Amino acid sequence: MRPVDVIEGKVSVVERADVDTDQIIPKQFLKRVERTGFGEFLFYDWFRSGELELEPNPILVAGRNFGSGSSREHAVWAIQDFGFEAVVAPSFADIFYVNCTKNGLLPVILSEDACRELAAAGEGRIDVDDQTMTFAGGVVEFEIDEETKHRLLHGLDDIGITLKDEGAITAFEEAGGADRGPVTTAL
Amino acid sequence: MPKTMFDKIWDAHEVADGLIYIDLHLVHEVTSPQAFDGLRLEGRPVRRPDKTVATADHNVPTDGTPAARMIADELSRIQVETLERNCAEFDIPLYSLGSDRQGIVHVIGPELGITQPGLTIVCGDSHTSTHGAFGALAFGIGTSEVEHVLATQCLVQRRPKTMRIDYTGELGTGVTAKDLILATIGRLGVSGMVGHAVEYAGETMRGLSMENRMTICNMTIEGGGRAGMIAPDDTTFEWVSGRPGAPEDFDAAVAAWRELPTDEGAEFDTEVEIDAAAISPMVTWGTNPGMVTEVTDAVPDPGAWGDAPADREAAERALAYMALEPGTPITDIALDRVFIGSCTNSRIQDLREAASMVDGRKVAGSVRAMVVPGSQQVKAQAEEEGLHEVFRSAGFEWRTAGCSMCLGMNPDILDDGERCASTSNRNFEGRQGRGGRTHLVSPKMAAAAAIEGTFVDIRGWA
Repeated sequence: MRPVDVIEGKVSVVERADVDTDQIIPKQFLKRVERTGFGEFLFYDWFRSGELELEPNPILVAGRNFGSGSSREHAVWAIQDFGFEAVVAPSFADIFYVNCTKNGLLPVILSEDACRELAAAGEGRIDVDDQTMTFAGGVVEFEIDEETKHRLLHGLDDIGITLKDEGAITAFEEAGGADRGPVTTAL
Repeated sequence: MPKTMFDKIWDAHEVADGLIYIDLHLVHEVTSPQAFDGLRLEGRPVRRPDKTVATADHNVPTDGTPAARMIADELSRIQVETLERNCAEFDIPLYSLGSDRQGIVHVIGPELGITQPGLTIVCGDSHTSTHGAFGALAFGIGTSEVEHVLATQCLVQRRPKTMRIDYTGELGTGVTAKDLILATIGRLGVSGMVGHAVEYAGETMRGLSMENRMTICNMTIEGGGRAGMIAPDDTTFEWVSGRPGAPEDFDAAVAAWRELPTDEGAEFDTEVEIDAAAISPMVTWGTNPGMVTEVTDAVPDPGAWGDAPADREAAERALAYMALEPGTPITDIALDRVFIGSCTNSRIQDLREAASMVDGRKVAGSVRAMVVPGSQQVKAQAEEEGLHEVFRSAGFEWRTAGCSMCLGMNPDILDDGERCASTSNRNFEGRQGRGGRTHLVSPKMAAAAAIEGTFVDIRGWA
């Protein structure tokens, strides 16, 4: 994963609440077995019908509960592949938020008012280390979990980090922690 | 200190701060190929194939196609064949096309008896919350997390908040678990449960079957919840007993499972109370599951959201997409299609309930209706009971197991503009096919709608 520290530039705006991942990337494009090439299918139906137009700017500003519904990580891959580096919204669906952080697409939670002001300003600058979003209206701080911030700033591979703790996993298993549940290979 | 069921399970699985051990990882063809590629790139093995199981469901045609290599759609075929290759390479048990255990991943887990109380269960699918019906902690994950679990059998997780929804009273005649969860989401909204592990509790839950409980937990994600759970009891233990994955020392397992329910006095971050006896059969009118009303009601007027412009605009856009006029009685809405199936409502009890409405009647001439059992085993059981004949003689199509028209990744889709009564979980724009219009209902309501050609209040229907 590429490190994420500062993202700045113009914003594109989706002025809708509860945008679900079925809209972000419709199901017919989930059949690919690669991680790349999803950008051209972003908001496929809304783009085709002309009800939504977006420039591939660095920052996407969206309505509350963005990314609800399906867990498809393809939604994040499509947004990134289209050109966005950060998504700013008043709130995100849980799975989508996590999927963003695993791919270095920066999710930023700002108040409804700050999102509106950022959209009106048309451009902004996000500093992950300082946890600030700067735009013509001022500077606002945002929350991000320390662990997630550390991984984003350094572009760290989650699995690599966990495997450094492999001794702890093995100890947990050997102490009986893994004895719960079925043995799927013996069914 | 008294603990919630969620706390008990979480605490028992914490390998390190924020690192949770996973007891069961369910895998399907759509969200796994990139994860297996990641493992290959890094030369990593699957840590615990013996805690992992896979099936093909999303892409599967429901016309009885007997093997992956015979799937007509090239991309679907590649995806299922890729799953078969990956499972062979990494020694993961797989129930693909042709297996009598194949089916929707959230149907086969409980069916095999591998979904058990007290476990942590994940799958690259948001409806993994279904398995919480057994008193497990079960939630959906993305593909990066699928890869993480394959490689480490653990997951990096922030501890969610807890919510308890306490239901009182019995569901009325003709009112089902599907109506209960739709009414709950209607009340709390599609982001009302965000950030929470939700326990569905109260006397109402005790009277519900496992199928009913799975329907409720299944749709937790539609309220934005991280996980949905219901305390295990004798109903749960009876379900697991005798199934292939049931623990060898069953009595010892049950003794441990009896310790799981939330302790008296345990605190939740959020508490909600709902009178289950007051719930009516529900029908969605919009483009998310929170846009729902009672069957006796009418399509709402977006003007009613006057003080919340975002909600008003969302309702206006939803009605335009759904081609509905405010004030139209729900029972005046005419249907083109009916779909009975999906991980929400394709189990044997769902099919029995739907069949009980159909018996002896005929599907309306204007309607194309299909029933898609959730698994090969559900299909076999239904056929043993003769349900397929009930459906077929009424004019329903009787299909083979898969996700089918819940999400339109296979040949079962709505055409542009078609209106469907569906027992699935999402009425998002285009979900069942581009331009398709979805109304979410219970299996009984869907079956009755197929007969009448419009929605009908099944409580007064004879």
